Amino acid sequence: MLGKLTWNAVPFDQPIPMAASGVVALAILAVLAWVVIKGHLPYLWREWITSVDHKRIGVMYTLLAMVMLLRGFSDAIMMRAQQSIAFHGQGFLPPEHYDQVFSAHGTIMIFFVAMPFMIGLMNFVVPLQLGVRDVAFPTLNSVGFWLTATGALLVNISLVVGEFARTGWLPYPPLSELAYSPGVGVDYYLWSLEISGIGTLVAGINLVTTVLKIRTRGMNLLRMPMFCWTTLATNLLIVAAFPILTATLAMLLLDRYLGFHFFTNEAGGNVMMFMNLIWAWGHPEVYILVLPAFGIFSEVISTFSGKPLFGYRSMVAATMAICILSFMVWLHHFFTMGAGADVNAIFGIATMIIAVPTGVKVFNWLFTMYGGRVRFQTPLLWSIGFMVTFIIGGMTGVLMAVPPVAFVLHNSLFLVAHFHNVIIGGVLFGAFAGYTYWFPKAFGFKLHEGYGKAAFWCWLIGFYVAFMPLYVLGLLGMTRRMQHYDVPEWRPWLIVAACGAALIMCGIALQIVQLVVSIRQREQLRDETGDPWDGRSLEWATASPPPAFNFAVLPEVSGEDAWWEFKHRANGRSTPDETRYRDIEIPRNSATGFVCAFFATMMGFALIWHIWWMVAAGAVGAFATFVVFAWRDHDEDVIPARDVERIDRRHRARHHPLTGKEIVA
Amino acid sequence: MNILDPQGPIGAADKTILIDSLAIMLAIVLPTIVAVFGFAFWFRASNSKARYLPDWAYSGRIELVVWSIPTLTIILLGGVAWIGAHQLDPAKPVEGSGKPLTIQAVSLDWKWLFLYPDQQVATINTLTVPAGVPLRFELTSSSVMNVFFIPQFGSMIYTMNGMATQLNLRADRPGTFGGLSAHFSGDGFSDMHFDVHVVPSEQFSKWAQDASRADKSLDERSYGEIAKPSMKSQPAIYRLADPQLFHSIVTQKLPPSPGFQAGVKGDDLPAGGADAR
Amino acid sequence: MSTVALTDAHHGSAASREWSGPASKRIVTGYGFWIFILSDMVMFSALFATYAVLLGQTAGGPSGRELFDLRNVAIETGLLLASSFACGLASIAADTRNTTWFQLAMAVTCAFGLGFLFLEVQEFAGLVARGAGPTRSAFLSAFFTLVGCHGLHVSAGILWLLTMMAQVFAKGFRADIQRRILCFALFWHALDIIWIAVFTVVYLIGSAR
Repeated sequence: MLGKLTWNAVPFDQPIPMAASGVVALAILAVLAWVVIKGHLPYLWREWITSVDHKRIGVMYTLLAMVMLLRGFSDAIMMRAQQSIAFHGQGFLPPEHYDQVFSAHGTIMIFFVAMPFMIGLMNFVVPLQLGVRDVAFPTLNSVGFWLTATGALLVNISLVVGEFARTGWLPYPPLSELAYSPGVGVDYYLWSLEISGIGTLVAGINLVTTVLKIRTRGMNLLRMPMFCWTTLATNLLIVAAFPILTATLAMLLLDRYLGFHFFTNEAGGNVMMFMNLIWAWGHPEVYILVLPAFGIFSEVISTFSGKPLFGYRSMVAATMAICILSFMVWLHHFFTMGAGADVNAIFGIATMIIAVPTGVKVFNWLFTMYGGRVRFQTPLLWSIGFMVTFIIGGMTGVLMAVPPVAFVLHNSLFLVAHFHNVIIGGVLFGAFAGYTYWFPKAFGFKLHEGYGKAAFWCWLIGFYVAFMPLYVLGLLGMTRRMQHYDVPEWRPWLIVAACGAALIMCGIALQIVQLVVSIRQREQLRDETGDPWDGRSLEWATASPPPAFNFAVLPEVSGEDAWWEFKHRANGRSTPDETRYRDIEIPRNSATGFVCAFFATMMGFALIWHIWWMVAAGAVGAFATFVVFAWRDHDEDVIPARDVERIDRRHRARHHPLTGKEIVA
Repeated sequence: MNILDPQGPIGAADKTILIDSLAIMLAIVLPTIVAVFGFAFWFRASNSKARYLPDWAYSGRIELVVWSIPTLTIILLGGVAWIGAHQLDPAKPVEGSGKPLTIQAVSLDWKWLFLYPDQQVATINTLTVPAGVPLRFELTSSSVMNVFFIPQFGSMIYTMNGMATQLNLRADRPGTFGGLSAHFSGDGFSDMHFDVHVVPSEQFSKWAQDASRADKSLDERSYGEIAKPSMKSQPAIYRLADPQLFHSIVTQKLPPSPGFQAGVKGDDLPAGGADAR
Repeated sequence: MSTVALTDAHHGSAASREWSGPASKRIVTGYGFWIFILSDMVMFSALFATYAVLLGQTAGGPSGRELFDLRNVAIETGLLLASSFACGLASIAADTRNTTWFQLAMAVTCAFGLGFLFLEVQEFAGLVARGAGPTRSAFLSAFFTLVGCHGLHVSAGILWLLTMMAQVFAKGFRADIQRRILCFALFWHALDIIWIAVFTVVYLIGSAR
């Protein structure tokens, strides 16, 4: 009746997951209770859960990412603590638990922190930067978000019902096959990612179509902000790479569920093929993570230097080069599998070639600051931190692209340090820069600057204290994922690394404090003009937060840095198109995404526990949801022209960002 | 286990390439980092002495330099990569004194089995090799993927069931060094380390002769016992009764060893070495 | 989502240097769906690559030469191609807003599609009965997955087809329904293209070994 699910699935005898789940459950209940009692539920349902507005969906993606950062970071703290204690001892995490912790850490950080953070920022910003009203497929956008949330939910359920994968964040066979991982852990991993993978693919299709087909008049491709270019490259990568992940995980599922032999030891299965397939996805994935961050830094550095981005066309070329080259380097993840000298050398060289456009980007950011008036506000601090940190991380990456170096450093803590160097220094710093930069646009008030700076310094110093020792440990021969060890030389470095993690924890705490304080002080931090940073691109032409329709009249663009041009035109008009207000149709809210995700969660959980009737029910429900959605007759609401005019005039009555004078509309 | 203190030619060459590549890149990276701080500081908004060039966004000359520097660096490093990958390919035999010693390594759950087919010796979690002699490793796995790695000797290589990989190393000085698995393979993974004893050649011959008269013998049946999952295995020495054992494992004549039963946690398994009867 | 005063003018065509604004819904929908089809083809490519790698891994069991019935494959191909033709007729009927011909053509498409599926299921069942099911060897796992994935797509297509027939019956040729018919037709034809790759790589080449 309930498949493999019994009460044994709940780890009543393990204090840590029980305590963690208990705390989380209480927190969720408390929030729910507050929402319901205060009467916010209708507002939440109407304005957020069923919203198909890219701005709302972008915020929800980002919120999901930040919440999951807390979970992923808890795993990190546990790992650092375990490794600093477990010298000639078992520490406090037995192997079967420790193995789940590091697997969950990687899976959550990549799929449910980094990806949603970037997708959230791209979703929020890109239509505004392109001067249009929404993305290409708003309801599909909502579906994509909620399916991602489903994946995150399933991973978290595994903490208290069953177990998570014990294979690492990439489930290499044969370890991940049924014979060596007979529990439900790998199944949780696989279904969670297959479902959220659909969400990611949907976001990819949406954003590619938006950038290529939905831009305001005059916004030729070479006049788009750099962030839109990196969005295009990122989402082309998503569309091209994620299907490979879907196929590969599906093959592993078929092995586990139906006894197929893709990657088994017997009957001709081929584990090397899994490595090739998974990294054919895996390498583009890291560029999917970092390219949006590159775009964010292009925006932030040029805005806070008061100068246009240096070498725009070069940057575009470099971005698209990275996009294509990222598909040609995947073997560098397993130089030590014995492919032979020619193959290893070719992939090593290809990997180095990708460093060229990346280096070009760094130099162009450098020359963007040259001749500028650099303002050291929090987003720019993150950018400088990024530039230095990412250069080091990239360097160690190119170092390991030399096959003989990989022969001694593969899978060591040197590798772990390298990829955290580029992911934290690149992706996460970029996320935080973007979060701080666009927060006022989303919510109408800035984040507290003092706490922002404090958080930055804790993160920056904490990162170096936590990860530079790992480089040393790699050189001392320590491999990754060790639950205990007995080499005395390693111990002091692991303790230092744990201190670094504690520092980062302070950074995170400060970011939480910053958010709370900023909300409380939002009147003092209010963004009146919609352009708090003296920005250069079109999102700063709108109010903060923008109205549902973004622009009352779609702007007409004639060059790069469109908003900067408007501000500095002789007659001081803030938008070129004068008051031709019309009725605006915006897409109607829809519960499709949320309901579909509900059925997806049901299906995922049922598939994991082999509850076949529930799988069928979920599938029927999901299909029915789509049919119901297809059947609706009214898919748009109309905002009458006079409302549009009223909203727009109120925004334009703010002080002109340049002259400080009131705008006479 | 410090890879910067190599004990053989492969490790030494790996280290040289590592340091050289690092130096080449630091020549670019360090000035760039200095420039980041320098530009940001000099062009800070409060510095009235710095020129403000609000429209300066392109320079052909700078573009040329900016594309050339990484390109040239990469061409240089690419050469290092090509030559290094060929010279240090794991399958390439190493020179040395004396006849090359063949060692067959099998990764089990969760210990290492080393077979010396010519000496009729087998060991678990301990490796004894002669100094200065080329070591030819053939490697496979009884179950899941692992990586055989002796950091101070140099390169590592994967082990996979159903196929054999090759690794050539040499140890130059007597001493005791550490080896481990460098690819996560399950709950007992952290115990997969082994001591490597490098001894002078004559001492090795004597050791091999003594070991081939060990009480315990390793054949297909006792192998089956050893291959069952266990943690924290103690070092052990066997007489290798079946010289074709490795071949049987690689060709899957002996089927892959089983994983442990569902629901059994790692430390419920028998600790210590598996006894052969 | 419409925009002020900007219709489906020549967006970004070679004729105009300036981008003339957001494209029309029909173009946007079709474009997005093409991107989806491309992503689906990437997924099939991964399955094709796997098939190629595992082609020889018969684990002592039967190979393609012993298993494939080219006559059956030829009939399947004919059915699928015919269904695509019928689908093309349905598209024309939709463009000319001719309900009767649309429903008829879609019904024929459905019939041919179901015929294809029936033959494929029969083939699979026969293989399993002969002990040549997907659990026999890596080669057979790859075969069943690649061909089966295509079959699953056809099944999903049939569900979609029936839904479209119901939609047109209930609501006529509304603009959004027309867009969905466009997408469905693209999907159906894309499946045909993938089938051509399947029968070439899997059946024709596989039978020659």
